[in-house]
Amino acid sequence: MLTNWINTHLLTFLTFAPILWGALLLCLPERQAYLAKLLGLLGTLGLAVVGFSLMLRLAPDPSGALFLEHQPWFTVVGLPVDYHLRLDGLNFWLILLTLFLVPLTLLGTWNSLKQRSGAATALFVMLEGTVLGALFAQDLLLFYLFWEAMLPPMFFLIGIWGGQDRKYAANKFMLYTLAGSLLWLVALLYVASHAGGFTPELMGQAVTAMPFGTQCLLFVAFAVAFAIKVPLFPLHTWLPDAHTEAPTAGSVILAGVLLKLGGYGLLRFAVPIFPQAALHYAQPLALLSVIAIIYGALVAMMQLDIKKLVAYSSVSHMGFVVLGIASFTVIGVQGAVFQMLNHGISTGALFLLVGMLYDRAHTRQIADFGGVAKRMPIFTFFFLVVTLSSIGLPLTNGFVGEFLILNGTYVSGFAWGRPMAVVASLGILFGAVYLLWMVKRVFWGPENAAEDSGTAHLHDDLNAREIAVMVPLVVLIFWMGLHHRTFTAHSEATVTKLLADIKAPSPRAVQVIPADAHPALHSDHGSSEEAH
Amino acid sequence: MQTYLWLIPLLPLLTSALIGLLGKRAGKPVTAVVAVGSVLASFALSLSAYSLMKAAPGFRLELTYFEWMHVGSLSVPMGLVFDPLSCAMALVVSGIGALIHLYSVGYMWKDEGFARYFAYLNLFVFFMLTLVLGSSLPLLFVGWEGVGLCSYLLIGYYFETDYAPAAGLKAFLTNRIGDLGMVAGMMALFAYFGTLTMGDLLTKAGHLSPEVGFGVLTFATLMMFIGATGKSAQLPLYVWLPDAMAGPTPVSALIHAATMVTAGILLVCRLAPLFQLTPITLTVIAWVGAATALFAATIGLCQRDIKKVLAYSTVSQLGYMFLGLGAAGFAAGFFHVFTHAWFKALLFLGAGSVIHAMHHEQDLFKMGGLRKKLPITFWTMLIGTLAIMGFPGFSGFFSKDEILYLAYLKSPVLWLMGVIGACLTSFYMWRLMALAFWGEPRDHHAYDHAHESPLTMTLPLMVLAVGSALAGWWGVPEAFGGHFNVGQFLAPSLTFGQLHGAHGHHEGPAILLAAISTALALGFGAWGFFSYRNGLAIGEARAAKWPTLHRILENKYYVDEGMERFILAPIRWLGQKLWRVVDVIVIDGLGVNLPGALAGLSGDVIATTQTGRVRNYALAMTLGALALLWIFLK
Repeated sequence: MLTNWINTHLLTFLTFAPILWGALLLCLPERQAYLAKLLGLLGTLGLAVVGFSLMLRLAPDPSGALFLEHQPWFTVVGLPVDYHLRLDGLNFWLILLTLFLVPLTLLGTWNSLKQRSGAATALFVMLEGTVLGALFAQDLLLFYLFWEAMLPPMFFLIGIWGGQDRKYAANKFMLYTLAGSLLWLVALLYVASHAGGFTPELMGQAVTAMPFGTQCLLFVAFAVAFAIKVPLFPLHTWLPDAHTEAPTAGSVILAGVLLKLGGYGLLRFAVPIFPQAALHYAQPLALLSVIAIIYGALVAMMQLDIKKLVAYSSVSHMGFVVLGIASFTVIGVQGAVFQMLNHGISTGALFLLVGMLYDRAHTRQIADFGGVAKRMPIFTFFFLVVTLSSIGLPLTNGFVGEFLILNGTYVSGFAWGRPMAVVASLGILFGAVYLLWMVKRVFWGPENAAEDSGTAHLHDDLNAREIAVMVPLVVLIFWMGLHHRTFTAHSEATVTKLLADIKAPSPRAVQVIPADAHPALHSDHGSSEEAH
Repeated sequence: MQTYLWLIPLLPLLTSALIGLLGKRAGKPVTAVVAVGSVLASFALSLSAYSLMKAAPGFRLELTYFEWMHVGSLSVPMGLVFDPLSCAMALVVSGIGALIHLYSVGYMWKDEGFARYFAYLNLFVFFMLTLVLGSSLPLLFVGWEGVGLCSYLLIGYYFETDYAPAAGLKAFLTNRIGDLGMVAGMMALFAYFGTLTMGDLLTKAGHLSPEVGFGVLTFATLMMFIGATGKSAQLPLYVWLPDAMAGPTPVSALIHAATMVTAGILLVCRLAPLFQLTPITLTVIAWVGAATALFAATIGLCQRDIKKVLAYSTVSQLGYMFLGLGAAGFAAGFFHVFTHAWFKALLFLGAGSVIHAMHHEQDLFKMGGLRKKLPITFWTMLIGTLAIMGFPGFSGFFSKDEILYLAYLKSPVLWLMGVIGACLTSFYMWRLMALAFWGEPRDHHAYDHAHESPLTMTLPLMVLAVGSALAGWWGVPEAFGGHFNVGQFLAPSLTFGQLHGAHGHHEGPAILLAAISTALALGFGAWGFFSYRNGLAIGEARAAKWPTLHRILENKYYVDEGMERFILAPIRWLGQKLWRVVDVIVIDGLGVNLPGALAGLSGDVIATTQTGRVRNYALAMTLGALALLWIFLK
């Protein structure tokens, strides 16, 4: 019976199973931390197995959706809110990435936390559920609820299990994001009141009737909320603090999944609802992305702390994602979707590796190391492979993403496309500069001779558990680099249609999903639509 | 039936992974056999590919395995192309590669990282063959960046030292500057032609009329050339190559002399019909090449480290190759790649044999008189020296002469630069030979312990010596009664897809020019030899006579110091300021923390009214009531 229910409510199951499971684990007493960790790992692993085995078998319906759960939920001030979850090409691999990364991270950080590790695991599992919910949600109010629900677990993970400055970092993370999303909420309610509902297609229709100036203002409100999440220069400064202070598992999921919600939100909601405004702001968006690429890389280069370096590298890498979106070409946007997955794998793996080093040496200062390769050859091998993926060496995933984005930008047809593509390609150079310079100072050279250096604390190389965590990531790095179609085929049709709609000459054509594909939408809300 | 040809690059990759994983456990003999055997097998397969290519229509065999990238209109197949150019290069890479692998067995035998070394070296062969055989520009770029990675790893092979990792990093980053050019060039070509597959690209280019203004094409080919200057160590991106000598000597021979550094020439030859359409780019290439040839040769005059002399010599010889390309002599440029691969690999391996015998002493000033002690090394290196100086009949003579002749047709100034460079080459090579092999030993301890290298090392020397002597006869220029067979052999590759046919033949005083340059080179060689045959005295006197010039040359024109001061330091300064000022003060301070602090402050100010004292509240109430009264009654 349960399997039957899961088969018909797959998305609900994937969303709420971890939330409930996490709440359950939270009830375990502190002395049962080991049990909580074990149950957390097994639970998320089981969820991944269910998700992978069921999702990979789905075939798309005429609207392009792979799975839909849609029913009316409640009405607020005359506006109907739907419980509308949707799985399609755009979120397919982001969801699998989340399902894949969470158990891997729990395994990879098994011994990292000494205090209250059970509660951290519980929060972590709950976080997975909220992220999945946000990725599934198609109704904007529902999306908003999950979007905000992601904050508290992360807030506590940073604030309780973080490093020295954890309180500042946690507050900054929380308030930064809230500031963006409050502005967005106002815009959201404004559009919803005009559209008579929270579905993107209704909103898109309502927006076409608005004056262009209003559209632009509303788009900016949407875009800022998402840009903070990405994070896009100059709204990025919460990220280095949050990453540096968060425990390893938090950093991995923050980089691997949470940031993706920014790019995803832009593609899923901001661009389709405000196509004209989005095209209008393509140039400033691209400019900010290029600045982020170069700026993030230059600042990363000067960092003294390995983790902070990786954090700033995220600013640079995610800049490529927004640049790809702003190109409004199939090549560029597909590159952006792919780059989000790349960044999840590569930067997630980098944070895991930095965590493994920190667990042994209890320092992350570059100057405390030197000659690590001699002490930990296996660790060095994995770190080098992940570094190469991060700097976009061909045959790894990073190259394909950056190459597609740059080419997409170059052929975008915008006057700024060519120069910006050429300037953005500097990111490829600077990426190599900051990462390989760090590798040189940490791994190569004579061993750090200082009495209390980080290197001196390194006694054992990676153990079987840690190798087991890294191997799947390395396999993915090469798989994605050799055959990206596995990961981009799902989104190609969605992206192509999205761009065709945006660039269509008639403004009425701006519709995310053909309305007739959703009979439920009309039968259930027909009256409220007319009433408006 | 030809599908098995994918084994050519893949065998070295598989063995690289095997050696990396199991090499340490399997032991050195097994590792050596697997490593050398796999490259030999690639060589044999390349031979079979060669015969298949000869039988194929149009001398071209294109194999596609699967689609690597496909998004929208961008489609890049994973495939190999066998044509005269790629077959010849694949044979050079796997053939000379096998010899250097064999040599390495002897050279690295006592090294702890034997397995790691061969894992890297086989990985290099894989990437190099991918670069050579790849059927599309992105796949060529895979090899391009891959050999850069292997170069990084092998230069930094002695990773526990300070200098080797630094040199590796410098090589990788300098190459990446060039790679940006490659990426930009690929973007421009994709935007212009809508494809990045070599065959389609050249076919489409062949349909263009040469009279059209090609702004975008000139941009694209110039960008590609920037890529080539990185990989092939041309001005101004040559700076990494001399430092790259920090790696083991066989690596210098294989990667930094014979194969990888010629990738830039290969790239230009691959796209020859495109470059043919952009005369501006060709002119730039010719001048950069000639300038590099001359510039690097002057630095080679005063180096003390035997490998540094050869390194600058390589930079200089690569300059000649580009000079040939720029003079639209694509075949001539490639011909020099071919002959240079033989004699420069030989010279490096010979130098390695000397270094090996002298217990890792690389300073020429501490050598001397080794002729008797290392006879095989001496005689083979002598052949290499004759080849590089262009002694009539030896390989360098024919290839260099063809380049200089074409340069003369383009501009006599280019020819003159090339001739001066050739004279300097002859001088520094004979200086090297005299310092190492003639005169009295200057370090008696090392001299007494010196011994000839084992057969694994001398056998490759002998094979390479034969090649260095004879390789030139493949392309005897027409002026000397030959048919320049290289040109005819490569023609299907170099003119692929072109409708307009080859260019007409030019006439010039070929024999006279060759006689002048050869006579001058011989004279300078003799000068170099007799200056240093009896030790350092004459050289020191000369240095004392022109101290400033000597110091500048010895310090390589202070280019590294200048780059540090005017490029690297400002970039670091910028990064520091962006972080400490823009991020911390402007955005975080003024944008985030200041509003936060203001909110907190206003809360504090208002909170001061909440005193909890009844008389304060009573006062406020009274004042408020009075104010209201006043408003209502007014």
